[in-house]
Amino acid sequence: MPKRKERVDRGIKARSEDIFALSSPREMLYLLLPRAIPVIGLLGLGPFLTPYWQEIFISTAVYALLALSWDMLVSVGLLSLGQSLFYGIGSYVAGSLNHYFGISVLFTIPLATILGGLLSTIVLLPVSRLRGIYFAMVTLVLPLMFSRLVEATRILGGTEGLTGLSPFPNKWVAYYLIQVVLLAVLFGFRRIMASDYGLVIRAINDNDRSVMSAGINIHWHKAQVLFLAAAVGSFAGAFGTHYDMFAGMPGFALDYSIMPIAAAVVGGTGSFAGPLVGAFILVPLSEILRALGALRIVFYGLFLVVFVVALPEGIFHYMQRKYHQFERWVEIE
Amino acid sequence: MGRNRIEKTSILLAVSGLSKSFGGVRAVSGVTFELRQGELLGIIGPNGSGKTTLVNLITGFLKPGTGRVNYRGRDITRLAPYKIVGLGIARTFQMVRPFYQLPAYKNLVVPLYSPRVKAMAGGKYGERDSVALDLLEEVGFERDSYVSYKVASSLPQGYLKRLELAKSMALRPDLLILDELFSGLSLAEVASIVPIIEKLRFQGKTIVMIEHRLKELFRIADRIMVLNYGEKIAEGPSDEVMESEPVKKAYLGSET
Repeated sequence: MPKRKERVDRGIKARSEDIFALSSPREMLYLLLPRAIPVIGLLGLGPFLTPYWQEIFISTAVYALLALSWDMLVSVGLLSLGQSLFYGIGSYVAGSLNHYFGISVLFTIPLATILGGLLSTIVLLPVSRLRGIYFAMVTLVLPLMFSRLVEATRILGGTEGLTGLSPFPNKWVAYYLIQVVLLAVLFGFRRIMASDYGLVIRAINDNDRSVMSAGINIHWHKAQVLFLAAAVGSFAGAFGTHYDMFAGMPGFALDYSIMPIAAAVVGGTGSFAGPLVGAFILVPLSEILRALGALRIVFYGLFLVVFVVALPEGIFHYMQRKYHQFERWVEIE
Repeated sequence: MGRNRIEKTSILLAVSGLSKSFGGVRAVSGVTFELRQGELLGIIGPNGSGKTTLVNLITGFLKPGTGRVNYRGRDITRLAPYKIVGLGIARTFQMVRPFYQLPAYKNLVVPLYSPRVKAMAGGKYGERDSVALDLLEEVGFERDSYVSYKVASSLPQGYLKRLELAKSMALRPDLLILDELFSGLSLAEVASIVPIIEKLRFQGKTIVMIEHRLKELFRIADRIMVLNYGEKIAEGPSDEVMESEPVKKAYLGSET
């Protein structure tokens, strides 16, 4: 007898797309569990990690923020190959404020988040009318251009960079700042995209002319999304700068562009949780593979290829499906 | 029908000398016409005669080479499309443009989110979802069926056309421009959409319809305008228009 796999929605999911009737602790737990995992994982695990793994968790969170920012841009149809633009600008704004004006960490990070977000938005706004590969090409070139600009004109410390910046008061402040912001951005972005505003953003990606004919200014909405994404990226840059006590050309490095994209692709795009999961797999993995020396890149590349081929939807979407549906084999009549 | 009533009303839209060229091709050339409040104007013409280009010029999706578009006495010629919609001109697309990834009723949340609807409803428009479901029922999505909740990419053409109409109706426009709403629909489907258009007229909406389905159009239109090679070759009541020599020649072929 031939059999086929049948997928059945678990009770609560089947009832409605977005309205849940909570009638038992079991159902509440069902909803709460996936949301509690990142909160407990990121905040609760902190004190139990060795200093080495704390460092890895911090750098992972920086990449995860850049990946969330990337996912936000993709949701409005802007494909960015230059997340390092945001990181670099945030890093230099925070670094300059601290180095030249002696402003404390308490203020440089929020200022760099907003100023960096505005600056990046102004730089990218003229090209936000471009779509797909054209926008991508510009974003790829801009960080390279900025780092050459710093090198050639020797402004902002030139190739030396700005050194000796104020550190965080202690490592716990740094650890909890980045993890709390990461969680806030994760849940904040998910909330935004679940609202009617988010629906309009997704609609712009789907069919921009149709949104225009619905009387909505798509360029203004793109600018808003650009600012949100750029501000998050700039925060990552500002944080990284004070953590390393250094702002310089490496802020515009390709790493900060490629790792977020890889994380989003491995984790699954469009959900914000995917890029987070992806970052927490890829960054620690690349640390573990350090033991292999030169072969590290080979294994890393192999892992990426296997993942993209085997799970093109991304790990998060795969896990989400398994959580919301169960599968069984049924006989075909 | 109410032709006398309409002649007394004010001019809503005045298009004068509108032209647009693509490379060497004059897609629309020197088109002039007026539209009165509450009127239903039909625009017909062979394929490639510039009907859709004319709609794109009026709604701001294309910038005209020369000419002016006046709406309620205001020059709207070079305004951005979203601003023109904000003034009360809504359009549908000949090739339907739903948001394919969204459920049908969520498609309507996008126009309901526009500043125009927000302003008209005084900031408390209520739940957009339920307004969207009501609108879908108005255009013939069966209530209590699952069809309103289906993803747009899985809907058949007939529903997509209705969805397109509902999207423009959601904007509460004064002027509706329907670009080949009937094309690709069966006779029964057209017959079910005609009453919706008549109801819109009854509500006082001004409507421009671009159509190839002449029989249905002539039954509901007050006036017909014929385009050929981007030029207006005739205008008037349907029976008179179809009698005129240039129209017979251009539109129906020379043998008739």
